[in-house]
Amino acid sequence: MSDEPVVSVRGLRVEYRSRRGPLPAVSGIDFHVARGEAYGLVGESGSGKSTAAMALTRYLPANAELSAAELRVAGIDVLTLSGERLRQFRGGQLGVVYQEPGLALNPTMTVGEQVSEVYRLGGAGRKLADERTEQALDRVRLQPADAIARRYPHELSGGQQQRVVIAMALAVSPALLILDEPTTGLDSSVETEIMALIDELRAELGFAAILISHNLPLIAAHCRRIGVLRDGVLVEEGLSADVLTRPTHEYTKTLIAALPDITAKRPQSAAAPAGAAAGDTEAVGAQPLVTLASVGKNYHHKQALRDVSFTIGRGEVLGIVGESGSGKTTLGRTIAGLVSHHGEISWGIERRRHGRRELPQVQVVFQNADLSLNPRRTVRQVLRRSIELLGGEQTVEQLADSAGIDAELLDKLPAQLSGGQKQRVAIARAFAGQVPLVVCDEPTSALDVSIQARILRLLADLQERTGVSCLFISHDLAVVRQISHRIGVLYDGELVELKSSDEIFEAPEHPYTRQLVQSAMSLRQAGQRSAVA
Amino acid sequence: MAVSSFAPTSAEQAIEAPLLGSAGAGPTAATQAPVLSRARMRALVRRPTFVISAAILVFWILAAVLWHVVGLNPYADTGKLLADPNWSEPFGTDNLGRSVFARTLAGADRALLIGPLGSILATLIGSTLGVIAGYFRGWVDTVLTRIFDVLVVLPPIIFLIVLVTGFGASTTALIVDIGVVYAPGIARIIRAAVLAEMGKGYVASAKLQRESRIRIMALELVPNVWPTILIQVTLSLASAILMTATLSFLGLGAQPPSPDWGLQINSNMLYIEQQWWTVLFPALAVASLVVSVQLIADNVKEASQP
Repeated sequence: MSDEPVVSVRGLRVEYRSRRGPLPAVSGIDFHVARGEAYGLVGESGSGKSTAAMALTRYLPANAELSAAELRVAGIDVLTLSGERLRQFRGGQLGVVYQEPGLALNPTMTVGEQVSEVYRLGGAGRKLADERTEQALDRVRLQPADAIARRYPHELSGGQQQRVVIAMALAVSPALLILDEPTTGLDSSVETEIMALIDELRAELGFAAILISHNLPLIAAHCRRIGVLRDGVLVEEGLSADVLTRPTHEYTKTLIAALPDITAKRPQSAAAPAGAAAGDTEAVGAQPLVTLASVGKNYHHKQALRDVSFTIGRGEVLGIVGESGSGKTTLGRTIAGLVSHHGEISWGIERRRHGRRELPQVQVVFQNADLSLNPRRTVRQVLRRSIELLGGEQTVEQLADSAGIDAELLDKLPAQLSGGQKQRVAIARAFAGQVPLVVCDEPTSALDVSIQARILRLLADLQERTGVSCLFISHDLAVVRQISHRIGVLYDGELVELKSSDEIFEAPEHPYTRQLVQSAMSLRQAGQRSAVA
Repeated sequence: MAVSSFAPTSAEQAIEAPLLGSAGAGPTAATQAPVLSRARMRALVRRPTFVISAAILVFWILAAVLWHVVGLNPYADTGKLLADPNWSEPFGTDNLGRSVFARTLAGADRALLIGPLGSILATLIGSTLGVIAGYFRGWVDTVLTRIFDVLVVLPPIIFLIVLVTGFGASTTALIVDIGVVYAPGIARIIRAAVLAEMGKGYVASAKLQRESRIRIMALELVPNVWPTILIQVTLSLASAILMTATLSFLGLGAQPPSPDWGLQINSNMLYIEQQWWTVLFPALAVASLVVSVQLIADNVKEASQP
């Protein structure tokens, strides 16, 4: 290992000028990355992790003010660069991979042309550039490279698109590769593949990497050292294993405590009848609430759901996991009656009435609380109307309190609330009256980890207290396991497996379930491995 | 030309408006505040075109309200036919010896009555139909949209001529005609804005709670397309004012001896070579009012988008 680090940063500060005065994004951080090393920057949204990494490229919004005692990349003092030299530095020493590969690629050019453009900017002729493009695509395991090169971005999957972006970033043989949330938005099995590819390429080509993510275990598994950022300050830095197993800073401790633990089971409810053994779902779900028989749904010519049959018992939480496009959201919307379907959905209970009105059977908590709350209605208006419509007996204040919403937030509009607070309002709305079934469609996936844990606890708590049945949809097996009695696995519109939560982990049958469990467990094992090393 | 480009370009911008507004683009509550919050008013007042246009509009409103009060008489014969502008008659006199100054100021009240009421009516009809089409979708939407499409492609002036020939040129009839002619274009834009909102979870949540359709439309959807509706009022206003003047010019609106601007231009056209003031001042009046209203609309629209 060479003596001089690829990246050395001392006293880095970035402020964004705004009408209300400067807003600090990064407040004096120091770190260095050695040659060939992978360094991880972890933090929640707004912690300044992306700003800190992008400062290395000097590619920041026009209102950003950057200062540092030292900012060197590959031996170049980045602060003194300008104009053509800055351009050459960015084009020659750096590669950046962004979160959304779909947005990083030009939809009107074939991916081959886009990769080849990088080589031609580097001075290669058309023929040479095309040859190198094929090699580059081959190197990121896109085969057959010549066929892939002729495709347009929309003809590739998200994982393949990200491979193209990586190929482009590596085309200049950079000294440093910056990966900004490279796998967020990708399915977990694709995530595993992409991260493995990055590790292999790093070993092969010897570039240093800065990996930015909100996902602490992911980073710990793939980086030697990590830094934890909070509000623009590096609160903790060290070997991944140390940070993960022996965090010293309070913030890191809470972050780690909040991680959905794949081995964490649903806590045995105190209310469960005595004699109900662990894993025995008979007690809660004994009486059927709703039964689906051969339910299917077609969108144009694509089958989103195929012949799905299952029963949700009264008081039961049924988890549904699947990748994007597996039909899990369609399943939730079908049960809620938001989309038409074939097959039969039958209810094991009478429709309840409130006065002359029939009360709804299903409420839904959507993934995106930004969109699921009317931006022009206050929290109080939303909750009051929900109680009226669902025939609830609580007051607005009681309902807000049970969902952990401060009384002072009641007269605020959604835009004045944080993501977690908005989701609490959406949850309170669904639990405003005694509705037999609540469908939760990825209710925590848009939230930071620490908030995710609290929202999950709230949901579990409300479910326990009200005895409402719940269909809990998520792509994250760990999240589903924490809350569900049984777990169903959707794959390509089919329910391939449905078992008690423990059995899914202990004896997964379907190959896809096995892969899912494996990739969830391997991340944890990788974390443990690096902890042992 | 700003006014005639009303339908296609404003449609696109108007569709963006609610999306930008409700996406919570800024961290502050400003994006959710009423369409003309204090901050936006301050931003508007800093725009010179807005200030000048507003001053011109206020001038014409005052003229429309006050011309009786200050004792102007648009009908009286001053005794001198086609007199040059002079100190006692700043805009000269017309072929019947009437004061062009008095007639130009007095013409403001018709211009500011039919155009604004007509465009408010158009927005009411258009928004209602647009919200209904966007909410119900399916065959309701198909039928309504087909009707809008047919009506939108009719040239408004010919459409209006037919309506005026059929229903007469009384003030009420003209207001209704303008309302009917402009409603389809507005309905299409509001429908598009509603469709964008329909995809959001809050509408699905309201439906899942079995909220009544009327309440979903009135309390959930309308407040969220309200900026678009306001912009449509102001955008159609300039066009409606111009259209009423055009009708009078063609002899289909106001009848003599009304001081209507369009009518004045029409009846003095013969004298444009020698006695230019008989045509110039009413023409300037129409132009200044239409252009300022359009500029106010543009400024409000720009200021309401973050």
